[in-house]
Amino acid sequence: MEEIKLMKGNEAVAEAAIRAGVDAYFGYPITPQSEIIEYLMTEEPYKRTGMVVLQAESELAAINMVYGAAACGKKVMTSSSSPGLSLKQEGLSYIAGSELPCLIVDVVRGGPGLGTIQPSQADYFQMVKGGGHGDYKLIVLAPSTVQEMADFVELGFELAFKYRNPALILSDGVIGQMMEKVVLPPQKERLTDEEVDKLYGSWATTGKKKGRERNIITSLELKPERQEAHNHHLQNKYKKIAENEIRFETFNCEDAEYLLVAYGSSARICQKTVQLAREKGIKAGLLRPITLWPYPSKAINKLADQVKGILAVEMSAGQMVEDVKLAVNGKVKVEHYGRFGGMVHSPDEVLEALETKIIGG
Amino acid sequence: MTEEIIIAGFGGQGVLSMGKILAYSGITENKEVSWMPSYGPEMRGGTANVSVIISDERISSPILQNFDTAIILNQQSMDKFESGVKPGGLLLYDPNGIIRHPTRKDINIYTIEGAAEAAKQKSSKTFNMIVLGAFLKIKPVVKMENVLKGLKKSLPERHHHLIPMNEEAIKVGLEKVKAVQTL
Repeated sequence: MEEIKLMKGNEAVAEAAIRAGVDAYFGYPITPQSEIIEYLMTEEPYKRTGMVVLQAESELAAINMVYGAAACGKKVMTSSSSPGLSLKQEGLSYIAGSELPCLIVDVVRGGPGLGTIQPSQADYFQMVKGGGHGDYKLIVLAPSTVQEMADFVELGFELAFKYRNPALILSDGVIGQMMEKVVLPPQKERLTDEEVDKLYGSWATTGKKKGRERNIITSLELKPERQEAHNHHLQNKYKKIAENEIRFETFNCEDAEYLLVAYGSSARICQKTVQLAREKGIKAGLLRPITLWPYPSKAINKLADQVKGILAVEMSAGQMVEDVKLAVNGKVKVEHYGRFGGMVHSPDEVLEALETKIIGG
Repeated sequence: MTEEIIIAGFGGQGVLSMGKILAYSGITENKEVSWMPSYGPEMRGGTANVSVIISDERISSPILQNFDTAIILNQQSMDKFESGVKPGGLLLYDPNGIIRHPTRKDINIYTIEGAAEAAKQKSSKTFNMIVLGAFLKIKPVVKMENVLKGLKKSLPERHHHLIPMNEEAIKVGLEKVKAVQTL
């Protein structure tokens, strides 16, 4: 029988990373995600699998250690919370420009600035739209359970290596801090350089072999024609990801007259709202984007033909709602609701917003 | 069955670990559970609380506004959470240090002299287990044998010699809980 564990979301990420055969974790502690590095330090995976765990001197150092290790074809990750991720944006842009796979975890807290340590979803713009410079995309996965915190580690690396692109788990203080049942994946072996070459192509800087060109990892190209060509290549890759990797889940949408769109912990809260609404005779449904980029725009557009109005629910002043509006393209009314700055909306508050902003509005 | 519980008191009273033991007991019975703590500065003194949900169904929102049960262990928590108990629900509290007792007429109210009994046992650390015993007497949401399994799972091995003492404390709670108001 599978072993069921009771774990915090943060701990689940850390244990899943060890079991995914991750080569290295570089991080710097910050609430509400410090349990990730604490768990790794306590577990000492360097004894179990040889995985390196290092507390860097700063977030900047951590992300650049990730950059270096990723360039060598290593399965490498880092994690932080909002202010820490702001510091890591430069590195993320370089990693995306250099087309390197890696996994980043953002356990979002309230901002702006140092803000608060309580849960928030106000990093959507920064992560989904690209907080660093240049035209790049991160593959963004939004877990809504502790189980998904664990599962998305492996999925994140799979996508990152498949497309040579950084992947990011966009979580928040609720999912990071709460404990739930989790079934962990079996232990995987760490890959050798040769296995990485064989599985994902020979691009990593692991030493020049006889008979092949030198592998160069860089984000610098001074000739604009060549940089434009590189950008075209990136855009084609992003198109391919958008065609193949959209993930979402629907809940009571079959006969829905009103639609909630929410991700992460907000989606959990909205599930309850859907139940409460249906008890009152309101036919509500929920669409939960699992990938925030690429975004399930087509699915939302299709539901817009069926429903009378859509409420985007997120713990921010209104970020994802812009993508919902783009997807709906004016077909029906779209409004935003959410508490923010570290406050978490209740299922009742969401229901009230649905009634006043969409049904009665 | 879904039981939505808040346990609230001072940091250091064992609020979070009481919740953890309940959650572990729940998964031992193949139930769905969630455990959502207050985290941050409260942990370093001041109030601490944890929401625990034990259910036969998949749990939607882990964040609670209203509770089937509130276990209240200090005045601040009484002021904050008395109003959140669902009508017909349960409020269990330790009267030690409580100046403003609950006034709701539409809920069941019980007390447990946890602090006083723990002092008698000469171990303040068993306080939370006394309170847990009191709760399980009123609402046996999980079986006692599974609570003991939960206790074992949530305690690090080096503390396993303390299990008999904790078991004893749960029994004290089972015996000493008092009904103040039952509907």
